[in-house]
Amino acid sequence: MHAGQLDALVDAADGGDGVDFDGLRAGRDGDAFQFRTPHTERADLSEAEFREVAESNPWYVSNWFYWTREVGPEAGAADDEDRHTAIRDGSNARRAFLRWAERADDHGVPERYEALADGVTREWGQLCVTATVGDHGERRYHLRHVADADADADLSSLDVYAAPHEARSIVTYDEKGRYRPLKTAPTLRDGWAFPDLDGRSLVETVDVVYPATIPNWYREREGCLDVTHWDETAERQTGIYDIVDELDEEAVEWIAESCCVDSQCLKRRMWDADEETELDTDRGDGVFPCREPCSLVVAAARKWTTLEREESRTYEFELTPSEKEQVEEIIDAVAEGRTDEIREADVYEGANRYRARFLRAKQFDDEGNLSGTPTGDE
Amino acid sequence: MQALVIVAHGSHLNPDSSAPTYDHADTIRDVDAFDEVKTGFWKEEPSLREVLRTVESDEVFVVPMFISEGYFTEQVIPRELRLDGWDVSEWDSDGLSASHATLTASDTNQRVHYCGPVGTHESMTDVLVRRAESVTGDPTVGTGFGLAVVGHGTERNENSAKAIEYHADRIREMDRFDEVQALYMDEEPEVDDVADYFESEDVVVVPLFIADGFHTQEDIPEDMGLTDDYRTGYDVPAEVDGHRIWYAGAVGTESLMADVVLERAAEAGADVGDAVEVVRKRTRGSPAAGD
Ligand code: SF4
Repeated sequence: MHAGQLDALVDAADGGDGVDFDGLRAGRDGDAFQFRTPHTERADLSEAEFREVAESNPWYVSNWFYWTREVGPEAGAADDEDRHTAIRDGSNARRAFLRWAERADDHGVPERYEALADGVTREWGQLCVTATVGDHGERRYHLRHVADADADADLSSLDVYAAPHEARSIVTYDEKGRYRPLKTAPTLRDGWAFPDLDGRSLVETVDVVYPATIPNWYREREGCLDVTHWDETAERQTGIYDIVDELDEEAVEWIAESCCVDSQCLKRRMWDADEETELDTDRGDGVFPCREPCSLVVAAARKWTTLEREESRTYEFELTPSEKEQVEEIIDAVAEGRTDEIREADVYEGANRYRARFLRAKQFDDEGNLSGTPTGDE
Repeated sequence: MQALVIVAHGSHLNPDSSAPTYDHADTIRDVDAFDEVKTGFWKEEPSLREVLRTVESDEVFVVPMFISEGYFTEQVIPRELRLDGWDVSEWDSDGLSASHATLTASDTNQRVHYCGPVGTHESMTDVLVRRAESVTGDPTVGTGFGLAVVGHGTERNENSAKAIEYHADRIREMDRFDEVQALYMDEEPEVDDVADYFESEDVVVVPLFIADGFHTQEDIPEDMGLTDDYRTGYDVPAEVDGHRIWYAGAVGTESLMADVVLERAAEAGADVGDAVEVVRKRTRGSPAAGD
């Protein structure tokens, strides 16, 4: 705690409704000040006595100062109707996230300060946020990949960044150098750290890594996450995406199963086929919700809509039982993104490259037709 | 508090598509003209549907990184941002003159000043010229040079050709280049025949596109005969039919573009102080974004 914080507390106790925050209550009754925490209760204080008591409870004072003066006070919604039609996420979402980071809702000030001295760590997707407290109650935040959570506190093995927007260089490509069109795909690369962020820049950095996840998570906590289900999203599309509303419910289920499960996306899917019809596919365990089908899913759905328009036909193939299984294993390996993990010489794996090449050599004709059977015009 | 939100198309396949938008946002962030500078995309995140939620300010200036008025600026962006009561007549535009309209975003209750696209702003002309300067490395380039402004063509949107003509006319009026020509990918006069349209030996070719991608990196260089295969690259300048073609790539990657974004917002009422001049000064001489 520093002198400025104490002065600010005296001013706040002196005016209006006084102070009531995180267990600290301070106010004035006539000429006398009161100071209360869960462990201290003092009334009838002169200003000098009030200052003395506050000084012996520095954590409460600096905690109050940090949250109400540095992070900023909680902004109330204009009225109830406003809350549900148009919620002001902005600074409230930032504040809620920072309080979540230090588990402020679960612990009182002394426990929290003790924990913050060692660092309180929480996970947000593949991010690991550690909150700590400085001498005057100022919070500092450290951000790194969960895979580096246990890396030594020393940063020598990590690329160190300071400014939020530098995170773009981390999120654009995966570790194989491929572009990541979906920011919440579980492919965030590791090996970096933002070791010293203030609250605002922490939130900005998280917003670069997982855009808009904080406001949506905040709305969900406040009980007013607006979910736009598949039917409404599909209905809204125009231009080349106009057709996606043709997909039937079963296909929508396949979409969720293809794109939205934890292995593909860390958001927790809250949208369904429509308001009444829940999809069976697992929603995922993510901290932050997905409130409507994303553009990637809508774009993929456009392709599936055109594919689903095709009538099925009967083809005749001759495959050995092992070859049939091999085809299944290949599809599975591609769908799970496992092809890279299959060892060069592991011919026991159906999706092994030599196995696949053998199958192709044996089963494809010169035009690339399976079993020499033409696809047909349709 | 006032925020700037730059909205752009983005891509699921190519990170170059959003790169200039990020670069210009960074330039503007650095001059501290706004409390917040955010970006939102049709194909990337945050989506247009959610970008306003990431903004704390009540007053938001939205500038579309698009070349022309049309489907995206008139339908998609206002719909996705949930700009209540939007109707394209709010812009009262002839296809080139959209300036701004003030609406409320029903999702967040913010006051949104929705600006016309960067591509039709008059200062875009300066960016085209600056692009010619940066690609030739000559701040006085003009005499002895021809300049071609290249657009997509009318196939998709007639306003896109209007923007090309508009800037070509304005550059012509400057009397700086010996010749100025508007060329298209999909219609006459075609960029394929660039050499036929110029007498000057040296010709700067600037595509009026927001980002480098398939068209500016593959189609146009191959169509003009700069290279048989874009993957092998091409020289700047490259010899084509007795002309030296200085191919500049998408104008949107020029760092001076940040200035156009600022001017759009300033005209819609944003208080940007001297940021316009600062950006003009800073972006001069700095390497073009994306190079
Ligand atoms: S729709 Fe939501 S859950 Fe599904 S992939 Fe897109 S962001 Fe993830």
